[in-house]
Amino acid sequence: MINRNRLFSGGLIDRNILIKFKFNGKPLQGYQGDTLASALLANDIHLVGRSFKYHRPRGILTSGSEEPNALVQLGKGAETEPNARATEIELYDGLEASSQNCWPSVNHDIGALNNLFSRILPAGFYYKTFMWPPSMWMFYEYFIRRAAGLGEAPKEKNPSRYEQKFFYCDVTVVGAGVNGLTAALTAARAGASVLLVDEKPELGGYLLNAKSRINNLDTKKWIKDTVKELMALENVTVLNRTAATGYYDYNYVTALQKITNHLPNSLSKQPRERFWRIRSKEVILAQGAFERPLVFSGNDRPGIMMASSAQTYVNQYGVLPGNAVTLFTNNDHAYSVAVDLISKGAKVIIVDIRSNISEKIRKLCEQNKIETYISHAVIKTDGSKKISSITVQELSEDKQSFVGEAVTIGTDLLLMSGGWNPAVQLFSQSRGKLKYNDQISSFIPDVLVDNQAVIGSNNGDFNLKQSLMSSYEAGLGAAHRTGNKQEVENFINDANEPIEFITAEVVPYVLGSKPVTHGSKHFIDFQNDVTAADIFLAQREGYVSVEHTKRYTTTGMATDQGKTSNVNALALMSHIQQKPVGDVGHTTFRPPYVPQTFGAIAGRNVDQYFDPQRLTAIHEWHIDNGAVFEDVGQWKRPYFYPKKVETMTEAVNRECIAARASVGILDASTLGKIDIQGPDAAKFLNLIYTNAWSKLEIGACRYGLMCNEHGMVFDDGVTTRLGENHYHMTTTTGGAARVMSWLEEFLQTEWLDMKVYCTSVTEQWTVLSICGPNSRKLLASLTEDDISNEELPYMRMKEAKVCGVDARIFRISFTGELSFEINVSARYGRYVWDKVIEAGKKFNITPYGTETMHVLRAEKGFIIVGQDTDGSATPSDLNMDWIVSKKKEDFLGKRSFLRPDTAKNGRKQLVGLLINDKKTVVPEGSHIVEEVSKQPPMKMEGHITSSYFSPTLGHPIAMAMLKNGKARNGDLVKIPLMNGKVVEATVTENVFYDKAGARQND
Amino acid sequence: MFVIKCPYCGERDQTEFSCHGESHIARPENPNEVGDVEWGKYLFFRSNPKGMHYERWTHDHGCRRWFNVQRHTVTDKIMQTYKMGQPKPKGIND
Repeated sequence: MINRNRLFSGGLIDRNILIKFKFNGKPLQGYQGDTLASALLANDIHLVGRSFKYHRPRGILTSGSEEPNALVQLGKGAETEPNARATEIELYDGLEASSQNCWPSVNHDIGALNNLFSRILPAGFYYKTFMWPPSMWMFYEYFIRRAAGLGEAPKEKNPSRYEQKFFYCDVTVVGAGVNGLTAALTAARAGASVLLVDEKPELGGYLLNAKSRINNLDTKKWIKDTVKELMALENVTVLNRTAATGYYDYNYVTALQKITNHLPNSLSKQPRERFWRIRSKEVILAQGAFERPLVFSGNDRPGIMMASSAQTYVNQYGVLPGNAVTLFTNNDHAYSVAVDLISKGAKVIIVDIRSNISEKIRKLCEQNKIETYISHAVIKTDGSKKISSITVQELSEDKQSFVGEAVTIGTDLLLMSGGWNPAVQLFSQSRGKLKYNDQISSFIPDVLVDNQAVIGSNNGDFNLKQSLMSSYEAGLGAAHRTGNKQEVENFINDANEPIEFITAEVVPYVLGSKPVTHGSKHFIDFQNDVTAADIFLAQREGYVSVEHTKRYTTTGMATDQGKTSNVNALALMSHIQQKPVGDVGHTTFRPPYVPQTFGAIAGRNVDQYFDPQRLTAIHEWHIDNGAVFEDVGQWKRPYFYPKKVETMTEAVNRECIAARASVGILDASTLGKIDIQGPDAAKFLNLIYTNAWSKLEIGACRYGLMCNEHGMVFDDGVTTRLGENHYHMTTTTGGAARVMSWLEEFLQTEWLDMKVYCTSVTEQWTVLSICGPNSRKLLASLTEDDISNEELPYMRMKEAKVCGVDARIFRISFTGELSFEINVSARYGRYVWDKVIEAGKKFNITPYGTETMHVLRAEKGFIIVGQDTDGSATPSDLNMDWIVSKKKEDFLGKRSFLRPDTAKNGRKQLVGLLINDKKTVVPEGSHIVEEVSKQPPMKMEGHITSSYFSPTLGHPIAMAMLKNGKARNGDLVKIPLMNGKVVEATVTENVFYDKAGARQND
Repeated sequence: MFVIKCPYCGERDQTEFSCHGESHIARPENPNEVGDVEWGKYLFFRSNPKGMHYERWTHDHGCRRWFNVQRHTVTDKIMQTYKMGQPKPKGIND
């Protein structure tokens, strides 16, 4: 036999397939069907890692997802995974894993010094020690962060692919133990569509490894037959290696399916994991229960394991983890483990904390020649990197003191069994209510949510036959409620277990050789190194509520979320506070039930798929012509077009001057466009905009401001009347969706009788905006229609053919220049653009980006909603009283203009600023202060909203929101900068260039 | 995550919808005739009950229609959904 602790026969492993792997660099061997944990135990490796806080040597405690100790760094490089549970890692050829939280090695770990100082590192140590002085926190934090955490996150991008799937069915069964299988098969036979998920590779659960019988068959055989039938049914989906991770409202269950994790360096095209989003009409929880550790002194050494897990290693993996075995228990069920181990050649001693054992158990011990220490406790364990001996002593009747002498027993495997905790995490996530059950000393489901059932030991039902009957009923009930009424005969005739779990005594902690509160190591939460002494300390210091104890001691807060520790912590709190465990309560269980990769949550929504990109029809041209892009919402817009060696400033200056001197061209396609039609359209616009729309002629354009009901400006744009009942509205690029929703909100919720229809047409049109003194000449060379100032004056629209393509030409201007916005169908956008560029060459046509657009509009004092406004500015604050109708009865926002705060004097108002030194471009967002002092705070009276160097004027210009700004023309204001310099500026009007508007009206 | 029955499309996942706060808050007919206190109530005051709540939702990734939802804020159970303009139904725990 290649493995020292491997049995010659038995188990579900395939001894014909040898698997090579490495642990901490050492080459080892295991078999197909092993987990990393079972393979390590087979090789007699118990020391797997170091604990989180005290760096104590730790081994393998369990055989499943609840494992708190045996966490390893799996794999290398980009695919490495920290904190992987050795008990869940299926062995594959070439697997490499290493211990965590130790340096230089797991055998010689410098951090273990913490263990020597553990007396001064109790719960709350960090809170108390690193509080003062407050200014030192940044210094402490560096070292604390270095010491924190267990494994290492990969530094490279994750190369794996992750998928997601939505799934709908009648019944979801979580857990494929014998009860889950029974419920799933019943529901399926009744005709329901069934999804069965289980986190393990093999279905069957705990009884796969126990000597139980169902319908006079060995459970292993019964499980095999049942799984076979389920797999063959078309209405059943069975997912193994799939952990249900979350259970939310309305029976929404998420599950993580591991697809290639167990395969060697997979070249497979399969994704690594698939995240299932399951919505089913009924959910049946059959997740089983976790065996509970006992809280005794030194209960965390390598070689100390849960009794049921040892049974699993023996029966499923053919590994006997030790030969001189001691079993420490408070219940009958553990005796079945002893029998199994003895049958494989181990010598087993049982230490039972109870005062009496039943006649049945006594006989069993006699038959199997098991030495028993009744009413005894394990008070001490020894062995530095693996357990070597234990000390036991008899307890008094009340269990508060010792009688007799302490006995030391040589032991290489100590098993513990403190009873069973139903796995109520998912049930609790679904908002199901729990209650404390005195018989099993744990929490069980009490009040269910709608369309849900909990069965088997998950529900606290440990009697095999009865729970199988209930599972049949649950499966049938779920099927019937989802309309699947086929009769299903009860197929459970008989079932029995050799020794049943009936009751477990509460043992808050076991007396040790040292007092529990002083220096003993009674571990409760193995992963976060929380001891019984920490729970005592929290109660002494007033952290008595369960939520406070949890956070103060960190019990239950590790990656295992306290699967093995929570109930023990609560039992101890109940003991200290002298009240029932049910009254102590429990903390809230939160998803995920087991750790879950971010990759699976993100799925395919990464890189370019993270957020949709919106591109205009001209996008390729922008790329070809060297545009630097800016994100505006989801749109990619050209920011500026640098020539070979130009800086941004140089490029923008060149673009600005070209646009004012000859012709500039802007891709304005991203502007929001809404087609509005219907007999009440004019009436509707009158209510939406602040100005009047009734008298707008067909073919005329008008600028409008939209306010919300608080009277604050939230969007602006030009709307054109295309026909009697037909308007073309434009919005800001970023505000298009918001405006559309706003219009729909009022049409659908307030003015239901209005006949108005809004359609988003943003992407249907390509908009080429040409501006500059030569723009009419350029356009005239591309159209046969009359575009003279008489025929197409400022703020008018004309339908014409441009380059032979149907177009709407709008005489509107955001730059203050003579300007034409040519709208053509997006399908012809690039064609027309190319023609315009070609024809524009003789005018030195210059493409410009959003930055130049911003500079040009700022020279004209045009606002950008969202830059110069922030949702707290009224039209009046923006010096735009001219656009607010005095005559209209009502429009959105009007009433709020009269609210005292909105109407008061001295609000922040929009002003222009001229920088006195004529050269500093003040950063946008800079504060204007009343008086400059050496350091903040200074009393603020405004802030800069727009600030640019104006190439047209040759000096910087800025706009600002300034307290009482309207009345402060000519005032000197002070703007302190981050670098300590103070800039002085003079308040002025916010129109800096061509105040009369001669250029755009030309 | 809820399952919401859009009155126009039927049952869909919550991800397709968005909530827009309390429903049945009518905009005053003649805002000019309303005093500051009453206008302030319309703008700012919402009921925030522990129990039955009436709220506006939109089926953004579907028909884009607005509708009303009667939901219990403790259990998150949706009692019913109904179209805009329909009267406020009586709740069991109202």
